[in-house]
Amino acid sequence: MPHLTTYIGLADHSEQTLADSFRTVAEGHARAADVFHTCRLLASWSDEHRTALAPIIERYGEADVDEPERLHAAGLAESRDGDVGLLRDLQDLHVLATLVQTTWTVIAQGAQGLRDHELLNVATRSNAQTARQLTWLNTRMKAAAPQVLIVAP
Amino acid sequence: MSDRIADIYGARTPHTKGTVWPARVDQFLDPGVDEGSVDSWVQSACLLCSNGCGVDIAVKDGRMVGVRGRATDVVNHGRLGPKGLYGSTRWANSGDRLTRPLVREGGRLVETDWETAMGRIVDRSKSILDAKGPLSHGFYTSGQLFLEEYYALAVIGKAGIGTPHMDGNTRLCTATSAAAFKESFGADGQPGSYTDIEHCDAVFLYGHNMPETQTVLWARILDRTRGDDPPRIVCVDPRRTLVAMEAERTGGVHLAPRVGTNLALMNGLTRELLVNGWVDQDWVAAHTLGLEDLRSTVEPYTPEHVGDICGVAADDVRRAARIFGESEAVLSTVLQGFYQSHQATAASVAVHNLHLLRGMLGRPGAGILQMNGQPTAQNNRECGADGDLPGFRNWDNPHHVQQLADAWDVDAMTIPHWAPPTHAMQIFSYAETGSIGLLWISATNPAVSMPESARIRRILEGDQCFVVVQDLFLTETAELADVVLPAAGWGEKTGCFTNVNRTVHLSEKAVDPPGEAKSDLDIFLMYADRMGFTNRSGEPLLGWRTAEEAFDAWAAITAGRPVDYTGLSYDRLRGPTGIPWPVNDEHPDGTDRLYAEAVFPTDTDYCETYGHDLITGGTVTEQEHRAMRPAGRAFLKGAPYTPPHEEPSADFPLRYTTGRTVYQFHTRTKTGRSGDLNRAAPDAWVEISPTDADARGIAEGDWVRVESPRGAIEVRARVGEVMEGAVFAPFHYGHWEPAAADGGGHDDANHRLANELTMTVWDPVSKQPAFKTAACQVTRLRASDGPAPAPTTGASAPAERDGARRRRPRPTQGGGPTTSTTLAETPTYPLDPACGAS
Repeated sequence: MPHLTTYIGLADHSEQTLADSFRTVAEGHARAADVFHTCRLLASWSDEHRTALAPIIERYGEADVDEPERLHAAGLAESRDGDVGLLRDLQDLHVLATLVQTTWTVIAQGAQGLRDHELLNVATRSNAQTARQLTWLNTRMKAAAPQVLIVAP
Repeated sequence: MSDRIADIYGARTPHTKGTVWPARVDQFLDPGVDEGSVDSWVQSACLLCSNGCGVDIAVKDGRMVGVRGRATDVVNHGRLGPKGLYGSTRWANSGDRLTRPLVREGGRLVETDWETAMGRIVDRSKSILDAKGPLSHGFYTSGQLFLEEYYALAVIGKAGIGTPHMDGNTRLCTATSAAAFKESFGADGQPGSYTDIEHCDAVFLYGHNMPETQTVLWARILDRTRGDDPPRIVCVDPRRTLVAMEAERTGGVHLAPRVGTNLALMNGLTRELLVNGWVDQDWVAAHTLGLEDLRSTVEPYTPEHVGDICGVAADDVRRAARIFGESEAVLSTVLQGFYQSHQATAASVAVHNLHLLRGMLGRPGAGILQMNGQPTAQNNRECGADGDLPGFRNWDNPHHVQQLADAWDVDAMTIPHWAPPTHAMQIFSYAETGSIGLLWISATNPAVSMPESARIRRILEGDQCFVVVQDLFLTETAELADVVLPAAGWGEKTGCFTNVNRTVHLSEKAVDPPGEAKSDLDIFLMYADRMGFTNRSGEPLLGWRTAEEAFDAWAAITAGRPVDYTGLSYDRLRGPTGIPWPVNDEHPDGTDRLYAEAVFPTDTDYCETYGHDLITGGTVTEQEHRAMRPAGRAFLKGAPYTPPHEEPSADFPLRYTTGRTVYQFHTRTKTGRSGDLNRAAPDAWVEISPTDADARGIAEGDWVRVESPRGAIEVRARVGEVMEGAVFAPFHYGHWEPAAADGGGHDDANHRLANELTMTVWDPVSKQPAFKTAACQVTRLRASDGPAPAPTTGASAPAERDGARRRRPRPTQGGGPTTSTTLAETPTYPLDPACGAS
C-alpha cells in the first residue's frame, strides 16, 4: 500500500505544518485577542489529530515520500504585519487547512477499502474538526475583510 | 420608617406556593419633603437595575424629590430596592451636571453653544465620510437609554451612515444572554417570567448574586423561601453570597466552582440528568435537535472528574442534579458569573439544555431568566443599536434585510449586513488604529467599565480618533472627549424601556432638564437633520419628531417578529402596569411566558441567527441550517470544557474576579451622588479568603497591592467569604470622587480601578469580554486605621470564621427613612397565573 502510507505521511506532516502555522499567526497577531486564543486552540486540534494517527503510523509505517515538494505545502514561517497582513495570513491558513481536509478525505476512502475501522474513525473525526477550523477561518476573514479592504490605515 | 441601607429587602411578606405575591408599597422622599406637599406623581419605571420596577416620581417645585413603587405593576407589586429609593433622583439636582456643550480647545474642554458643538461633529463626520466612507464611523452606546433613542441611533447608523460598527456597553453585561437564546431557541427573547417564582419547586441561580443585583426580585424569592412549601435554592458562585446561605437554609446546594470552570460543572449536571434518566424523552424527541451529540459531549464529565476540575465535591454535583431532575418545576436564573466568565455562551446554553432535557419551559414555575445587568439593555438588543438588526432580524438573511430597507425606504446595500456586526472590543481596536475616525459614545463610561483600562484611556485620548461623548456628567470618559454633549436623564425626558422579562414600561417626563441639556433622542435627531440623511424619496430618514412618533415607528417594524410591539402604544402603557411583549392581535394583553406550545423561532426563514460553533464562534451557514430542518425545534448544543485563557502561575498565583455591590450601580454616576448609597460603599476594596490572607500576613483593612500581568491597584483588603485562591474586586470605582458630604474624598482614587487588571479577551460567540478570569498576586503594603470600606450586608461581609481574631467592621447602615406599606388587599395582576390567568 505504498500510496496509502504516502498519504498517511502527508496527513501527519500537513497537520504538523498547519499546527505550526496556527501558532505563528497566533503569536504574530497577539494583539487581536480572539486570533491569538483561537489559533492556539485550533493548533492543538491538529496536534490531537497527529496523536490519534500515531498508532496507525505504527501499523502501516509512514512513507518518507520521494517527492516532498509535490505533497508538502509550505507553512507560514512568519506572520505578516497589520490588518491586511492578518487577512492574508488567515487566507494562507485556509489553504493549508484545505490540503489537510482533502488529505483526510482521501485517507478515509482508503480506509473504507481496507475495512480499517480505526483509520476510518481517525480520518472522519479529523476531517470534521478540520471543517470547523475552516469555518472559523472563513468567519474571521469575512468579519475582517470590509475594514481591511476599504479603510485600513 | 425603615433604613433600607441596613435592611436591603424590607419586611418579609411570606406566602404559599401558587399564591399571588402580596403588594407592599415602598416610598422615599427627600428630607424635609412630606407626602402632602408633593405637587405631582409622574409614572415611570426604575432605571437602577435590570428588574424594571414600576415607580412614580414625586415632583415638587419643578424638582424630582423622591419615588414610590407602583402597587399595581406586575414587576414589583409596589416594592423598590435601596438603589431605586435612594438613587433615582438625587443625581438630577447635583451641582455638577453638564448644562452646556463642551469642545476641546488647545487641549482643554471649554463651554460652548449647541451650534458650535454640533457643527464641529457634523463637519468632522462629513469630512471623514468623504475621505474614508461609512466604515470610518463607530457608535458605542448604553444599556440605559430609552427604546426610542436606540431605535433612532440604529436607523442613523444602519440606514443613514451605513456602518456595522455599532455596539453598546450591553456587550459587557448582557450579550451572552442574547447569544445563548439565539443558539438554543433561534432568536433572542426571555422564555420565563418573574411569576415563575410563585410556582417553582427549586430556583437555580448560576453566577447570579441576585440579592445585590436585583434586590426586589430577591425579595420575591425570599417571600417564597420564608413561606410555606418553599422552593429549594441551588447556588453556583465562588463567593458565599446570600444566595449561598439561602441554599444552605432551604436544603439546596452551594456549588463554588473555581473561577473559569463553569462549563465543566454544567457538563457534569447535564450528564447526571442523562445517566439517571431525568429526561422527558417524548418531549425531547418532539421539540429538540442534537441529543446524541450532547450526550457524547458530556459523557466524560463524571461527578468525580467535575470535582477535580472545579474544586467542588462530587456528591454536591450529584445532589444539585438530583434537585433539578426530581423537581416538577425549576426556575433558572443566570448572570455575570457566567456571562463575564470563560466559555460564557456555552455555559449559558447549557442551562437551556437542562430545561430542554426535562421539558421544563413554557409553563408556570418552569422558566429561564437569562438576566440583564442594565435596565434598558433589552431594548438595545431589540432595536439594533448593539449591531444586531432591529426586530431580531437575521443579518445573514437577505429577506430580513430587505424588510428593513423597505420600511426605511433605502437601498438594502446601505444596511451593513455583509459581515457580523462589529463588537465593542473590535470597535475600540479600530479606533485604536484610527481606522474608525469618529467614535460617538452615549450614556456610558468605558474608561472605567472596559477591560484593560490603560489601553482604553490611550485610545480615547489619542489624536487618531475624534471622540464624542454625551452624558449627564463629565465622566472619566467625557474628560477625554473632543466634544461633550449635555444630556437629559431619566425623569427629564419621555420614553419606553423593557426589562428582563419583556415587560414594557413608559417613563414620562417629570421635570425639565438643567440648562441646555437635551434628551438623547433630540441630540440624535439634531445630528440626523444636520447630516441631511434622507430616504430614496428624498424625505428625512428619521421623519419623527417626538418620542411617541419614534415608538410607533418602532412598533410598526416589529410586526411578524418574535419581539412584536404592534399592540402597544403610549396610551396602552399609561395603564396600571407594564405589559410584556409580544403584544399583538393574538396576544392583545401581552404574554407572560414564551414557548407555551414548545414552538421555537428556529425555522430557517424566521430565525435571528443560523448559529455558531460554541468553541470557535465559526458561523453556521444558511444551507447547513436548512439541512438540519429545525422547523420550530430547539437546539441542544454542547461543548467541552477548556481551561481559562489565563491560569494562575508562580508570579500570579490567585484568580482575580470583578463584580458589584448592592449600593453602587456601574461607575457610580448616579449612585455615587446619593449620600445614602455612597456612604454605604464609599471606596474600593478587594476581598481575599482568610487562608490566603494569613499566608500573606494580611489583616482586615490593610492596604494591599493587587497585580496582574496588565496592571495593579492599591486598595484595602476585606478578609471575606470569597473561596480560597480567588480574589474579588468591585468594578465601580474610577478616579471620580463624590462630594465630601456624600462620603467622597478618598486619596486612593488614582489606583483603585479594578479593570486595570482584567484581560482583553472575549467569548467566541457572544463577544462578551471576560472580567472574571485573570491571574493575580496580592501583597501587603501597610496597615490602615480601620476596616476595609466594604459593606457588611451582602457577599462582602467579613469572613465568619475570621471573626474571633480580627477587628470587625461596623454594620453597614444609615440610609434615610423610607416607608413600606403592605396592602391589605392585593391587586389583581393581569396575566399572573396566581391570579387565575392561564
